[in-house]
Amino acid sequence: MAMNYNAKDEVDGGPPCAPGGTAKTRRPDNTAFKQQRLPAWQPILTAGTVLPIFFIIGLIFIPIGIGIFVTSNNIREIEGNVFMYYGLSNFYQNHRRYVKSRDDSQLNGDSSALLNPSKECEPYRRNEDKPIAPCGAIANSMFNDTLELFLIGNDSYPIPIALKKKGIAWWTDKNVKFRNPPGGDNLEERFKGTTKPVNWLKPVYMLDSDPDNNGFINEDFIVWMRTAALPTFRKLYRLIERKNDLHPTLPAGRYSLNVTYNYPVHYFDGRKRMILSTISWMGGKNPFLGIAYIAVGSISFLLGVVLLVINHKYRNSSNTADITI
Amino acid sequence: MEREPAGTEEPRPPGRRRRREGRTRTVRSNLLPPPGAEDPAAGAAKGERRRRRGCAQHLADNRLKTTKYTLLSFLPKNLFEQFHRPANVYFVFIALLNFVPAVNAFQPGLALAPVLFILAITAFRDLWEDYSRHRSDHKINHLGCLVFSREEKKYVNRFWKEIHVGDFVRLRCNEIFPADILLLSSSDPDGLCHIETANLDGETNLKRRQVVRGFSELVSEFNPLTFTSVIECEKPNNDLSRFRGCIIHDNGKKAGLYKENLLLRGCTLRNTDAVVGIVIYAGHETKALLNNSGPRYKRSKLERQMNCDVLWCVLLLVCMSLFSAVGHGLWIWRYQEKKSLFYVPKSDGSSLSPVTAAVYSFLTMIIVLQVLIPISLYVSIEIVKACQVYFINQDMQLYDEETDSQLQCRALNITEDLGQIQYIFSDKTGTLTENKMVFRRCTVSGVEYSHDANAQRLARYQEADSEEEEVVPRGGSVSQRGSIGSHQSVRVVHRTQSTKSHRRTGSRAEAKRASMLSKHTAFSSPMEKDITPDPKLLEKVSECDKSLAVARHQEHLLAHLSPELSDVFDFFIALTICNTVVVTSPDQPRTKVRVRFELKSPVKTIEDFLRRFTPSCLTSGCSSIGSLAANKSSHKLGSSFPSTPSSDGMLLRLEERLGQPTSAIASNSYSSQADNWASELAQEQESERELRYEAESPDEAALVYAARAYNCVLVERLHDQVSVELPHLGRLTFELLHTLGFDSVRKRMSVVIRHPLTDEINVYTKGADSVVMDLLQPCSSVDARGRHQKKIRSKTQNYLNLYAAEGLRTLCIAKRVLSKEEYACWLQSHLEAESSLENSEELLFQSAIRLETNLHLLGATGIEDRLQDGVPETISKLRQAGLQIWVLTGDKQETAVNIAYACKLLDHDEEVITLNATSQEACAALLDQCLRYVQSRGLQRAPEKTKGKVSMRFSSLCPPSASTASGRRPSLVIDGRSLAYALEKNLEDKFLFLAKQCRSVLCCRSTPLQKSMVVKLVRSKLKAMTLAIGDGANDVSMIQVADVGVGISGQEGMQAVMASDFAVPKFRYLERLLILHGHWCYSRLANMVLYFFYKNTMFVGLLFWFQFFCGFSASAMIDQWYLIFFNLLFSSLPPLVTGVLDRDVPANVLLTNPQLYKSGQNMEEYRPRTFWFNMADATFQSLVCFSIPYLAYYDSNVDLFTWGTPIVTIALLTFLLHLGIETKTWTWLNWITCGFSVLLFFTVALIYNASCATCYPPSNPYWTMQALLGDPVFYLTCLMTPVAALLPRLFFRSLQGSVFPTQLQLARQLTRKSPRRCSAPKETFAQGRLPKDSGTEHSSGRTVKTSVPLSQPSWHTQQPVCSLEASGEPSTVDMSMPLREHTLLEGLSALSPMSSAPGEAVLRSPGGCPEESKVRAASTGRVTPLSSLFSLPTFSLLNWISSWSLVSRLGSVLQFSRTEQLADGQAGRGVPVQPHSGRSGLQGPDHRLLIGASSRRSQ
Repeated sequence: MAMNYNAKDEVDGGPPCAPGGTAKTRRPDNTAFKQQRLPAWQPILTAGTVLPIFFIIGLIFIPIGIGIFVTSNNIREIEGNVFMYYGLSNFYQNHRRYVKSRDDSQLNGDSSALLNPSKECEPYRRNEDKPIAPCGAIANSMFNDTLELFLIGNDSYPIPIALKKKGIAWWTDKNVKFRNPPGGDNLEERFKGTTKPVNWLKPVYMLDSDPDNNGFINEDFIVWMRTAALPTFRKLYRLIERKNDLHPTLPAGRYSLNVTYNYPVHYFDGRKRMILSTISWMGGKNPFLGIAYIAVGSISFLLGVVLLVINHKYRNSSNTADITI
Repeated sequence: MEREPAGTEEPRPPGRRRRREGRTRTVRSNLLPPPGAEDPAAGAAKGERRRRRGCAQHLADNRLKTTKYTLLSFLPKNLFEQFHRPANVYFVFIALLNFVPAVNAFQPGLALAPVLFILAITAFRDLWEDYSRHRSDHKINHLGCLVFSREEKKYVNRFWKEIHVGDFVRLRCNEIFPADILLLSSSDPDGLCHIETANLDGETNLKRRQVVRGFSELVSEFNPLTFTSVIECEKPNNDLSRFRGCIIHDNGKKAGLYKENLLLRGCTLRNTDAVVGIVIYAGHETKALLNNSGPRYKRSKLERQMNCDVLWCVLLLVCMSLFSAVGHGLWIWRYQEKKSLFYVPKSDGSSLSPVTAAVYSFLTMIIVLQVLIPISLYVSIEIVKACQVYFINQDMQLYDEETDSQLQCRALNITEDLGQIQYIFSDKTGTLTENKMVFRRCTVSGVEYSHDANAQRLARYQEADSEEEEVVPRGGSVSQRGSIGSHQSVRVVHRTQSTKSHRRTGSRAEAKRASMLSKHTAFSSPMEKDITPDPKLLEKVSECDKSLAVARHQEHLLAHLSPELSDVFDFFIALTICNTVVVTSPDQPRTKVRVRFELKSPVKTIEDFLRRFTPSCLTSGCSSIGSLAANKSSHKLGSSFPSTPSSDGMLLRLEERLGQPTSAIASNSYSSQADNWASELAQEQESERELRYEAESPDEAALVYAARAYNCVLVERLHDQVSVELPHLGRLTFELLHTLGFDSVRKRMSVVIRHPLTDEINVYTKGADSVVMDLLQPCSSVDARGRHQKKIRSKTQNYLNLYAAEGLRTLCIAKRVLSKEEYACWLQSHLEAESSLENSEELLFQSAIRLETNLHLLGATGIEDRLQDGVPETISKLRQAGLQIWVLTGDKQETAVNIAYACKLLDHDEEVITLNATSQEACAALLDQCLRYVQSRGLQRAPEKTKGKVSMRFSSLCPPSASTASGRRPSLVIDGRSLAYALEKNLEDKFLFLAKQCRSVLCCRSTPLQKSMVVKLVRSKLKAMTLAIGDGANDVSMIQVADVGVGISGQEGMQAVMASDFAVPKFRYLERLLILHGHWCYSRLANMVLYFFYKNTMFVGLLFWFQFFCGFSASAMIDQWYLIFFNLLFSSLPPLVTGVLDRDVPANVLLTNPQLYKSGQNMEEYRPRTFWFNMADATFQSLVCFSIPYLAYYDSNVDLFTWGTPIVTIALLTFLLHLGIETKTWTWLNWITCGFSVLLFFTVALIYNASCATCYPPSNPYWTMQALLGDPVFYLTCLMTPVAALLPRLFFRSLQGSVFPTQLQLARQLTRKSPRRCSAPKETFAQGRLPKDSGTEHSSGRTVKTSVPLSQPSWHTQQPVCSLEASGEPSTVDMSMPLREHTLLEGLSALSPMSSAPGEAVLRSPGGCPEESKVRAASTGRVTPLSSLFSLPTFSLLNWISSWSLVSRLGSVLQFSRTEQLADGQAGRGVPVQPHSGRSGLQGPDHRLLIGASSRRSQ
């Protein structure tokens, strides 16, 4: 019996004297995988083979782009439900420390977190020894202007447009993520022992009269808490619901916007806007996507043409192309 | 458990001495009662145990423990080891940084996850390895062994691990030694035993070990209880070939111990019934284990390059972090005073200073962007390399059936280096050749016996190989074929009928298998064993045998023979006994019952000599020997004669023999022939008994087998006698008086024997021709005998030159008859030399020289060391692959040069610069001269080169150096002495420069140290990737020095393999290993590394661009989970699969177009340029992948993480599509892993986003993905962005594929086309190209020649010279003849009208025409005359050769074939010797002139 003497030697080969008893050879298995002969598709990238891809991309993208572009431009007509946004510019809701400055447990109605908010909320965690509800910088900086829209009729009597406050937040936010703290019927009772954020005028339980839109589940609040991705952003403010099919939601005419100005932005060179928009199947108005599609499609098509020329020019040589030393 | 210090218990004077000296170890029997023990009987067991413990305190026991960890130590030790890797430290540092609240980016626990994951994988792997080591240790520790037990007073079975130093161990035949044991007793009557060291060094020949002096004389069985001596020996060391010590007996006598007394752990006892010994070193102190070093870890070139690029990435990371830190500082400075609503002050309400904020931001950025340093890269590379090693090991075509071994990757992490090799340094013997020494031909007494039948037999092996095995032995066909060798074919017929073994007929593979059955006998494949005798010589042998048998009891026996017959007889006796071959018959180990002669030899004293050599003793001894031998042999013959069935078979055979035509042996009368056969049959029966010859070198075995073929059979060798069996004389027992072993200085060996027939004292010497020829007895030219001798000598010398020219290894056999007085005189001095303590070696050397003079030349042998299969093809392929091949051999120049021609290392139509210098100055001058010469050629070619650049396409395809290489670069041959000078500091640059200019370099007579120096020089000075391949211990240093060391697991043992990174069974596997696997490994790994860099840069780019929109606050729009697990989970598998399985060019294309290998040499796949191009593309892609979602979601109500998730998705899709562009072969595994990655991402995202409504602050991704999946913009962005990002790359790739494709792309395109289509345009292309470019560039011209060998037939027609080997013809005469013939032919071609047609073609071609076309024309014209020339008398040829060898001995000769050199005034030095220039078609006459000149000079 031979022993593999080199115990340290991990190579399975070892000395050539195989154990006497084993008649088995070391011949490797002849399988496609082990012999690296797996059937395979072997695309070769040359002008000739790739140019269909470019044309196909062009042919698909350009119509899509046109479709998107048209849809996006059609949004102008104020039909169907109209969405009222407020827009802010140069407002860094995505700043790292700002984004972190919240307590999701507190917002979810956790009573211990209500009275003892997360450290992430510092320095907007406590005020005068009372926990702030809702805590954190995001909540503290909530947009609190009031916008009202009036249709100025012929008789110069402004008719207020009905602005729907509910239905502007994600359903899951309103029903799952955000919850008022448990307790009695009285919302003020439930928020007992807490104080309002420093910048706020009113405490959280006085955001709205509707109990279903008050406290943490106030939709304006929920919308604000979804921090914007970019420093220029808009947030849904109100919904203008269509009354019936016969009349447009916002008939043509003069409108006036009444802004209750609470929210200072000029300190940091910010801007405020109000946007009215309808929504198509692909969201709000954004011409970019359509243009981008058209552009990419066209470039692709163009490159395809270039490749076609190249292919034509070099076909002969590529046919005879050969490996040489 | 009490533990008493051993020292106080046992007063041990030697022990103290050991401590004092610190260099020796003292071993005593464990069976001895400890001195001072009160009651030996009662305290025996206790005492023994105690002693054991005492021993264990300072001496290792025999337990093998190779594991690194224990259960407790595993975690800390493993972590400690893992943190030796800087990357791990870096990642842990970053993960820990996360625990600092001010700068943390992720949840601290989460950030640790990937690092822990990586560490865990590595730890698990280490654990598993350690466990397998533990298992194998356990197995070895529990092997059983007989150990003498004190209690039971007999040998009992114990485990290996229970053996201690000082124990007595008894081993039986075929058992393995458990420790290093001092041999005290052997069942062999002479106190010998044989061991096989295959486990240790792989050498399968038996080695002899001897019982310690003083114990061998013991008559009775050795009793351990009576052993009271003390052994002093060296401290444990790892020198296998050295052991020194002494044994001190009770009576104070000392005896020396040598390595012949030591049995090493791991060796196997063979041929000996049983041995007993005492354990000297145990366990880890044994020499075997001290020699054992684990697998090697080298860092590959690619990895070095990658590490450099990782540093670039670190720099980039720091730059990005700094940039964003500065940005953040500015941002803070701008906004914090402005009461910005979004500004978050410090937790205590105070505002942050911009500088502090910048510092924090810097650190956070480093955490966020850490992905740039690919944590998964190292793990992935390890995985990919492991898979590559697996695939290489599994390659069926690297499996060698003969040896049942496949390629072994011993170094696990340099697979990709195989794809970048530039220089190959190869050993010759055993690497290019088989190291199977085959007796090929011989000359005796001036008569040449060409052994044609033997040549045919060898040819048949070759054929059988090429034809692949046939199961049915082709006896019939062989007999038909045998035209001259009817005798031999008779043998074949009856053999195949009577025995099952495929001795002469089977293919080499079959033969190998047969020899494997009787394994453990080195150098004994049937090819080596079964020599077909030359009929003429056989006749002479039997004639003289017979006449000796008739006259055996007469005086002056040899006088009855003619001088020639007497020479023949002595020649074969010398072949048989002048060696150290051990005869074994493994089935029955030698028994103790054996007739012993009272005369013990070697002669030890003068008295001994006088006693033994008195005439009375001589006669009586002789007669007794003779009669005994005769008795014995007759007895043996009788007993070994077969029983009925086989004797029937014998009759049958006899009939067949008689039926055979006997025309070939016409001179013999019928009756004598029959007589001859009868004895031959008996002889065969005898040899059927399967004697095995265990030789130390293959040459020796070859000669003994050759003698056996002439019925001169070595049957027994003891240390004092050799027995030879002859058909008529029976067994002759020669008394062996001395053996003067072979050494490399003397280059010869001798035996001194007493001839049983004549009672003369004869010296038989066997050695290198150069040495032996000078030691011959000077013969006077006066008397006829002397003249005759002189003639014989010159004839023999001619034949020797011829043999050397054929590439045979030559040995001269000589004899000297000593008178008793001469012998007595010599013996006196020899014994003095032996007994002298100082410089005894020198004295022995002198003594040997005194003996080996005045020799009488008997003859010479030519042994062929056959080229391995496919060596010429492999070399030409490797050369096409742009590899420079240097051969470094210890062999002599002539043999090496001829082998080099045979294996196409040197070409006939190229110039050979031979550098033989005898002094430093001469060497310097020669080097200068060569350099000037080479440069002048270079100047000639310079305009060609620049012109060549005009055709862009082709110069881009081949590097300029290679283009000149493929042209007409000379080759360099240098001998060891000159090499020593050339490697001196002041000359090495010149030498290297010259060598660089040469196509191939051949270093002869080089020592192992020189070999490694050459490799080191090339490696360090040329910064080239080197590969060294060798098979023997002399190649080890070279293998270790080279970047990649390859060992051949051949016959020479395992030392080379042990030192190597890769072990291949044959040289030819190198082609597949390098050209296929090397290329694949390199391209796969290079592409994967590039891809990882791309991937990480692109991903980090996304985060970086976002910093411009979040006030450089190190905020991330991507959820931390995605950030951390993206690399590890979602995007890891597809690149791995591509890295393991991708085949950029199919195997067959790579193998048929070796030049594709150059892409690896030039680092085409991964070089700084590609790296930065890759990074730029990554930047662009990240910009696209960031800006499209940015613009699409600009001024929308999207929130941070709902915006980030599409970006991750886009990134993932882009990665996969990018990989798709880079993947060359799509197997189902690629598709599945890509699909799996996408699926996994969405599944994980959906589950994660649905799992918890309040978790994972700050992103709190609840329902994000679900919401996105309902948003058409998400899909639209995800569709367009990857396409937009990858358009440029795809466009560029396809443009490149069409307009300026690389070699690899061309090759890939080639596979698409059918073979017919791809070869056809090639021809047209070649023809179209040639007239245009032929004047300008060689490489394009060469294309024609070398790009064709896709198909074998075309190869044949284009390269007629090599077709001889390619078609499997015997590589002997035919192989070497062409190259001599060639010159002859070229000489003729200029004169004779025979080759007028090609000659005219040559002359017609335009002035600047490349030699290529000429060569082609010449070679095609040469095909026919070649065969006809074979029949030409080679007389002139011989003259020429002999003069050449004389010229080459003149010393410093610069050998040029160019006439200009002579005209240059260098005529004194430059002597043309290799007139193989391609221009010789025109210069033929000159050559002839020069040859004439040189031969004149020599006379």
